[in-house]
Amino acid sequence: MRDEQTPDGDLLVILRHGPHGTSWLREGLDAALVGAAFGREVALLFMGEGVLALLEGQGPGALGQKGTGPTLEMLEMYDIEALYVEGRAMERYGLEQQDLLLETRCLDAAAIAELVDRNALVLTF
Amino acid sequence: MRYAILLMGAPYSDQASHSALRFARAVLARGHQLETVFFYHDGVYNAARLAAPPQDEPHLVDGWITLNAEHGVALQVCIAAALRRGLMDEREASRHGKSGYSVEAPFELTGLGQLVDLGLNCDRLVTFAS
Repeated sequence: MRDEQTPDGDLLVILRHGPHGTSWLREGLDAALVGAAFGREVALLFMGEGVLALLEGQGPGALGQKGTGPTLEMLEMYDIEALYVEGRAMERYGLEQQDLLLETRCLDAAAIAELVDRNALVLTF
Repeated sequence: MRYAILLMGAPYSDQASHSALRFARAVLARGHQLETVFFYHDGVYNAARLAAPPQDEPHLVDGWITLNAEHGVALQVCIAAALRRGLMDEREASRHGKSGYSVEAPFELTGLGQLVDLGLNCDRLVTFAS
């Protein structure tokens, strides 16, 4: 157990799906927005395929599903500013911070474990 | 311990719903509290009152209803995820001009804010997904 009993954040939402193909990403973001709207301290972690959600230049509404790009651009309005990406996924997809549409912090496995530990509730989508 | 379950898998499509129901029974059999099962994503189909599986398969919807009747477990369904998938109670059906309804008590349509509160207030929130 950690010494600090009180976690830093209320809710960590982990997003592990890309923006197209399924509704996991959109419904995960919805959970984050609702948490923030209710005054909770919310952080987002994009893992695995989820890092693709942050790619610039996505056509909203393509393929029939409502795009997630506009939702991501609204995060700041909801005071969701703690945005993290998984370093290993960034490497696997050949991505750098400059490819992403939002400013994020890149975490290694140990830092991800610590982030999970520091949040009272973790929801994975 | 105070447990809650988040179920996000569709019934009969994958294992998630069966496992969630079995876990719910196990939690209660061990003397723990199970306050709420929250249905989100494709898990909302577990609330379909018209579900009619063959008789030699477990009836998942009835399983949840029994859990509510015998142990008072609240069955909360995310309204946004439900409506876009055609799941609505009588009130929502009339609001949307639909001739039938697909969700009824003890399932209740509620918002995602409930899920966040639930997760923060119980001791363990256990997720079942596809």
